[in-house]
Amino acid sequence: MTVSTIEHASHAVPANPPSGMESLDMRKLGMWVFLGSDCVFFASLITTYFVNRPLIFSGEPNPHHTLGINFTAVLAFILLLSSLTMVLSLAAFQRDNIQSGRNWLLATAALGTCFLAGQAIEFSNLAHEGVTLSSGLFGQCFLIMTGFHGTHVFIGVIWLLACWLFAGTGRFNSKNFIGVEISGLYWHFVDLVWVAIFTLIYLI
Amino acid sequence: MAVEIAPQVAPVGAQVSNETAPYKESFLWEWATTVDHKKIGILYLLTGGLFFLIGGLEALLVRTQLMVPRSDFMNPDLYNQMFTMHATTMIFLAVMPINVGLGNYIVPLMVGALDMAYPRLNAFSYWLYLFGGIFLNLSFVMGGAPNVGWFGYAPLTENQYSGSGTDFWVIGLQILGVASIAGALNFVVTILKMRAPGMTFNRMPLFCWATLVTAILVLFAFPAITIALFLVMFDRHFGTSFYNAAGGGDPLLWQHLFWFFGHPEVYILILPAFGIISEVLPVFSRKPIFGYSFIAYSSVAIGFLGFTVWAHHMFATGMGDIANTAFATGSFLIGVPTGVKIFNWIGTMWGGSIRFTTAMKFAAGFIGTFTVGGLSGIMLASPPVDFQMTATYFVVAHLHYVLFGGAIMGLFAGLYYWWPKMFGRALDERIGNWHFWAQLLAFNITFFPMHWLGMEGMPRRIYTYFPNEGFDFWNPVATIGSYLLGGAVLIFVANAVITAFRPADATDNPWEASSLEWATTSPPPAHNFDVEPVVYSRYPLWDISEEDEHGGSHSSVSSHGVSATAIATVAKAHDEHGDAHESGGHGGGHGIHLPAPTIYPMILALGLMILFLAVLFTPPTLKIVFVVTAVIYFVVAITGWVKEVTD
Ligand SMILES: [Cu+2]
Repeated sequence: MTVSTIEHASHAVPANPPSGMESLDMRKLGMWVFLGSDCVFFASLITTYFVNRPLIFSGEPNPHHTLGINFTAVLAFILLLSSLTMVLSLAAFQRDNIQSGRNWLLATAALGTCFLAGQAIEFSNLAHEGVTLSSGLFGQCFLIMTGFHGTHVFIGVIWLLACWLFAGTGRFNSKNFIGVEISGLYWHFVDLVWVAIFTLIYLI
Repeated sequence: MAVEIAPQVAPVGAQVSNETAPYKESFLWEWATTVDHKKIGILYLLTGGLFFLIGGLEALLVRTQLMVPRSDFMNPDLYNQMFTMHATTMIFLAVMPINVGLGNYIVPLMVGALDMAYPRLNAFSYWLYLFGGIFLNLSFVMGGAPNVGWFGYAPLTENQYSGSGTDFWVIGLQILGVASIAGALNFVVTILKMRAPGMTFNRMPLFCWATLVTAILVLFAFPAITIALFLVMFDRHFGTSFYNAAGGGDPLLWQHLFWFFGHPEVYILILPAFGIISEVLPVFSRKPIFGYSFIAYSSVAIGFLGFTVWAHHMFATGMGDIANTAFATGSFLIGVPTGVKIFNWIGTMWGGSIRFTTAMKFAAGFIGTFTVGGLSGIMLASPPVDFQMTATYFVVAHLHYVLFGGAIMGLFAGLYYWWPKMFGRALDERIGNWHFWAQLLAFNITFFPMHWLGMEGMPRRIYTYFPNEGFDFWNPVATIGSYLLGGAVLIFVANAVITAFRPADATDNPWEASSLEWATTSPPPAHNFDVEPVVYSRYPLWDISEEDEHGGSHSSVSSHGVSATAIATVAKAHDEHGDAHESGGHGGGHGIHLPAPTIYPMILALGLMILFLAVLFTPPTLKIVFVVTAVIYFVVAITGWVKEVTD
C-alpha cells in the first residue's frame, strides 16, 4: 500500500492531477451528456415509426406518395446551411469580431425560422390530403416524430435569439464564448437529427 | 451585483454561510431557496421517507385484503388502485429519491467537491420530484388513483378502458422522468469533473462508481418511458392510436418501450445499494474492499448488459424461440458479474476484524436476502420456468427479495452509516439492533411464503382468491409478516425521532472510515471543506504511515500498518478554521465561491406542473387559464434564473 497522506493544498502540489477531463468545460460536458440522453428520445420515436413501417406503406396515403421530397430537401438544405452560419458565428466571436458574430447568430435563427415555416406549410399540406394525428398510423408516427424535432428547432431559435441579445451587451468575446459554443452544440445536434430523419423517413 | 431581491447576496467567500448572512431569512424561505447539495439531499431523504411510509401503508392495505379468501375489505377497483400506487410510489417516489438523496449529500463530499456541478438544476430536480409526487397522489381525491398497474400495459391505458387516474399516472411519471434525467445529468458531470486533485477513476469510492453508472442508466432508460408515456397521452387526448389495435396500433410496442426502461430501472434501484454495501463492509471489516476493480467495472458491465435483456419480461407474449433464447442467455449472463460481486463482499469480510454495528448488520443481511432474490431471478430468466411462474406470486417474492431485501436493506445500511455525518449525531445502536432483527425476520415471514404461493399458482394483481385452493395458510402468514414489517420500519422512525433530541456530538470520523466525507466536520460546513483535499490513494484517510511527521495519536485501524493519524490531522485543521469562522474572521477567506440561494428552480418546477395540469381539465377556458399561468411562471423563472447566472 502506498505511503500517502491528505494535506493542505498549499503544502503539496498534487502528485497526479485527476483524469484528463480538465480540458472539457463543465457546461459543455453537461450539454454533451444531455444530447446523449436526447438521442434516446429520438431513437424511441424513430423506432416507433419503423415498427409500424410495413403497415404504413401497405395503406394510402403513404409517405412515398404524399411527402414532398423536393420541398423537404430544400428545408434540409436550409437547416444544414444554418449549421454553417453557426460555425461562422462562433468563429467570429473567437476572433473578437462581435458585430459579425451577432449577425451570423441572427442569420442562424432566421434560417431556423425558415425551416419551421416550411414545416408548418408541409403539415398544413398534409392536413389537406387527410394526413392528421388521428388519420392513422402514417399521420401519427410522422407528425409526432417531426413535431418533436420541430419543437427542438423552436427552442433552438429562442436560445439563439437570447444569445444574440446577450452578445449585444458585449458578453461574448474571444475569452468567453462558451454560451455561443453550447448553443451551437445543441443546434448542430438538432441539424444532425434532421439528417437522420430525412434519410430514414423520406429517402428509404 | 445588484442586491434587489433579498436572497441574492454576493457570494464573495466561504464566510457567507447562513449564520453570517446579513439579512434575516425565515426557515421556510431558507429551505425553499436552498441550492446546497446537503440540504437538497435532506429534502430528498425526508420526502422520500414520507412517500415510503405512504407506499408501505398501501402495501398493508393490499395484504389486508389478501389475508383471507373472498375478502370484501376492498372492492376490486380500489385494490387495483392500491397495488398500482404501492409500486409506483415505492419505485419512483421512495427508493429512487432516497438513493438520490443519499447520493446528493454524500457524493460531492466523497469526491471532495464544494457542491454538485449545477446547484440550481439540482434544486429544480428536487422541486419537480416533489410536485410530481404530489400530482400523482392528488388523483386519490380527484376521481380515483391510477389502477392500471405500475407497468401500465396497453391497451388498458387507453381511454375506453381506464379513467382519469391513468392521466395522473401518465403525466406524473413524465414529470418525475424529467426530474430524474436532470438529476442524473448533474451526478454524471459532478463525478466526471469535480473530483479532488489526485482522485483518479481508480481511486474513486465505489459508491461514486455505483452512482455514476446509475445516473448513466437513468439518462438512457428514462427517455424510452417518457416517449412511451407521451404516446399514451396522445392516444388518450389527441386522437392517435399508437397502442390501440383497433386503430392499427400495436399494444406490444408499449411493452418493448416500457421494459427497455423497466429492466435498467431495476439496476437504477439496486446499484446504489451495491455502492453503499461496498463502502460499509470494508469500514466495519477494517480492511480494504476485496477486488475493487472488479466491483467497479462489473457495475459498468451490469449497466451495459442491462439494456440488452428487457424482453425477458415478455416471454409470455409469444416472441418465438429465437428471441426467447437470446433474451434468456443475456439475462443469465448478467448473473455472472452480480454473483462474483457477492463473493467480493464475502471476501471483504473474510479475515477482517468485524465490528457488528447496525450498518454492518444491514450490509451483511443484504448479502443474504439479495442472494435469494438473485437466485429466483435466474430461475425466472429461463423461458420454460417463466411460462409457469409469470404473473404469479413467485415473481412478487422475487422482486421483493431484490428490491426490499436488496435496495432497501442497502439503503438502511447507508442511513445508519452516514447518519452521524448528515445530522451530527448517530442513530441509537441498541434500537438499531432491534430494528435490524425485526425487519429481517418480518421481511422473510412476509415474502418467503410468496414463493410457495406462486408455485401453487396464486396469480398476482387479482383482488381475491377462493378457499381450498392451497392459498389459505400462507396468505395470512404473509399478511401478519407485513404488519410486523410495518412495525419494524416504525422502530427506525422512532430511532430517528428519539436521537434527534440528543446532543449533536458526532466526531468527524466516528466509524474510522477511509473516504473524504469523513475528513470534514459532522455535519459539514456550507462549503464542505476548509481546504481542498488532495488524494493519493483509494483510502485517503487510512493510508498514512506510522512514521508520518505530523505525529498525533497512532491508533491503528487495521493490520496493514495503517493508522488514523490523517483523521486527527485533518480534524485539527478543521477546528482551527472553524474557530476563525465563528469569531467572524474574514482574513481573505478561502475564496470559495458558493452559489447564492434562489427561488426560481421551484417556480419553474411549479410552472411545469401547472402546464401538465392543463391536459387534465377538459373545459377549454380552464385549459387556457392553466397554460397562461404556466407561461407566466416560465417567463418569470427563466428570466430570473438567466439573470442570476449571468450577473
Ligand atoms: Cu428485467
